[in-house]
Amino acid sequence: MCLALPAEVVSIDRANDTAIVTLGPVKKEISIALLDDLAPGDFVLVHVGFALHKLSPEEAERTLALIRQSGEDPLEEFAA
Amino acid sequence: MTLMSRFSSRLDVTSGTIDMTHGSGGRATAQLVSEVFARHFDNPILAAGNDGAAFDVPAGRLVMSTDGHVISPLFFPGGNIGCLAVHGTINDVAMLGARPLHLAAGFIIEEGFPLADLDKIAASMAAAAQEAGVPIVTGDTKVVEKGKGDGVFITTSGVGIVPPGIDISGANAQPGDKIILSGSIGDHGIAILSKRANLEFDTEIKSDTAALHELVAHMIAQVPQIHCLRDPTRGGLGTTLNELAQQSRVGMRLREAAIAIKNDVRAACELLGLDPLYIANEGKLIAICPAEHADRLLAAMRAHPLGREAEIIGDVVADSNAFVQMETHFGGNRIIDWLSGEQLPRIC
Amino acid sequence: MKYVDEYRDGGLARKLAATISREANTGRTYNIMEFCGGHTHAIFRYGVQDLMPENVRFVHGPGCPVCVLPIGRIDNAIELAEKHGAIVCSYGDMMRVPASERRSLIKAKAEGADIRMVYSIRDALKIARETPDREVVFFAIGFETTTPPTAVAIKEARAARLKNFSIFCNHVLTPAAVAHILSSPEVKDHRTVAIDGFLGPSHVSSVIGSRPYEAAARDFQRPVVIAGFEPLDVMQATLMVIRQLNEGRYEVENEYFRVVTRDGNRKAQALVAEVLELRETFEWRGLGEVPLSALRIRDAYAEFDAEERFSIATRKVKDAKSCECPSILRGAKRPTDCKLFGRTCTPENPIGSCMVSSEGACAAYWTYGRFRFGTEGRALDRAKEAVQ
Repeated sequence: MCLALPAEVVSIDRANDTAIVTLGPVKKEISIALLDDLAPGDFVLVHVGFALHKLSPEEAERTLALIRQSGEDPLEEFAA
Repeated sequence: MTLMSRFSSRLDVTSGTIDMTHGSGGRATAQLVSEVFARHFDNPILAAGNDGAAFDVPAGRLVMSTDGHVISPLFFPGGNIGCLAVHGTINDVAMLGARPLHLAAGFIIEEGFPLADLDKIAASMAAAAQEAGVPIVTGDTKVVEKGKGDGVFITTSGVGIVPPGIDISGANAQPGDKIILSGSIGDHGIAILSKRANLEFDTEIKSDTAALHELVAHMIAQVPQIHCLRDPTRGGLGTTLNELAQQSRVGMRLREAAIAIKNDVRAACELLGLDPLYIANEGKLIAICPAEHADRLLAAMRAHPLGREAEIIGDVVADSNAFVQMETHFGGNRIIDWLSGEQLPRIC
Repeated sequence: MKYVDEYRDGGLARKLAATISREANTGRTYNIMEFCGGHTHAIFRYGVQDLMPENVRFVHGPGCPVCVLPIGRIDNAIELAEKHGAIVCSYGDMMRVPASERRSLIKAKAEGADIRMVYSIRDALKIARETPDREVVFFAIGFETTTPPTAVAIKEARAARLKNFSIFCNHVLTPAAVAHILSSPEVKDHRTVAIDGFLGPSHVSSVIGSRPYEAAARDFQRPVVIAGFEPLDVMQATLMVIRQLNEGRYEVENEYFRVVTRDGNRKAQALVAEVLELRETFEWRGLGEVPLSALRIRDAYAEFDAEERFSIATRKVKDAKSCECPSILRGAKRPTDCKLFGRTCTPENPIGSCMVSSEGACAAYWTYGRFRFGTEGRALDRAKEAVQ
């Protein structure tokens, strides 16, 4: 699977189908030719200089909640 | 100024370029040396005008080191090939516990190289040498045909004296010793990558290139019992620790949580698929000392500007396989292996 | 880094590990093939295997486009630079892979071939625009994640009327490989290679969606859980596979739903379909000819197809005689079963692709498998199983 990372869209250049994204403090110009309806503040998955897909913050939160839930020990509440 | 008057006209340092005559050993070479190198490096030994340098040395064991610098790009955030060369050799000498005395600098310059760049590099070297108190006392200049050099290659050699009673070597690490790292890793390598063609990104990261000899002198004064010192340059922390483990025939156990990495560096490494453990540093050092002295050494390092972020990152253990292992943030264990060849950015 | 660090939390990892230990049925083993190289990387880098119980094992799959590219195709890439004088642009991953006569892109470059490493195909387009008098060929590799960028680049090249740009296309398809492995005799009939379930690739799936795996899950009756590539994702997805196996289910589930949807990226899929089409068959190193498993450039865009432009003939080149990469890629043998492993074949001197790629089984095993501590010697055994 290919190395791809979530980055935040900072600005969009519609004429050239590119955007500036930040990954933490690092900025990079990438192509957004594979996506529609992007806005600054969106998070996208970046692979080899292209945005492949939007990342949903709600679903990200739900994933973490699911992982936390998986980590719960059903017997814990019965421990003395 | 008598040196300058030998030549009919000054070198055009703003827009001139190096040509083959500058390497021929004749008048053109003399002018180049005089108006670029000697002008900046300016010190009594160099001004004597001989092919070599003669000087007295204090008592003690003599240490010598040499380094070739072929870095590309020549200019990068935080420095250039010139100051890098000066710092690099000062550090190599210092890693043996020695006080650096003097430097020699050899230049192999490509035909067509801009004099303005050469001048900048020489000025930078002079400033670095001056700040460090380690003058460049002799050197050499050659010119190669266009296409046979990458702008300029610089070789620096240095000599120093080890104070009596100090025995610092990569072979001295003992099980039970503590491993201390002077600061964040990966800064230099990422600063370089940020400039190379085909791999560009905006980042604030500057190279950490610095002369470490004063930090070392301070450390040795506080803890003369230091066993090993080494600066994790090419190949990074991972490679250097493996070298030490191999040389001393010991193992190492590190804690990832104790290894400082700046956020920019971390993010850039993620983007490129690189491991910060293997990225070059030019202003950091590793110290290995007996456990009973570790806290005192750490305090000494933190008291110095170049050691403010020093941390104890692990322990030396007995291990006939000389493995370097690390407890990850995640709680698992991984081996920090030797790097084979340069790390290349990856897509998968 | 947002949406990255949260999924690397060690505290959560230990809790998840405890749950996995509780739910993994001690009466059986769970052999989970993690198809993609990125998952293998996460497992080793974070030491995820250390947190698994003995009976949960990861089986390394051929999801490394570097490992499965046949030698003959790398020879072609070198040929494009050496014989045809093209500027060949390649991702870093391919540079050191050994081809025929122990040559590689990086060795050819050292001998004067104009081979340049790039991070993105956009860099290759830039080079083509800047050097209109030179032919520029992009060495395209990768699964479905990396294919849409190639399609975009071809369209951009057409729009810009570039006359000196072409692609040497080696894009391969994931579901075809998965089905091929599951139909192989070792797995299907002889069961010498046990694969109980799959961790589906993260980013391939962001492009193709989760739907394409449904046929494989149903026909071969194995659970597939699409997993994100951070270590907590891998663990959560592993738990989901274990639960499916315990409950006798074989469905496609999606752990990486913050990015992956059932449909995937329709726009990307359409772009790919417009520019590329299926090859009848394509050779995969280690798997032989796999039908309908790779893509070529459509005739309508033939001017951007390096194979048309330069009349490339691909020779079938056998791997070095004792190199066991083919079997290792299928999960049929372990690195230690290969006579060359650790002797003539090491990361410094790789003979096969499994050693050269940082996610290849042999490279991973070399790094992880020489790991021995006193009382924790079991870590070595687990490491052996992990790359089985």
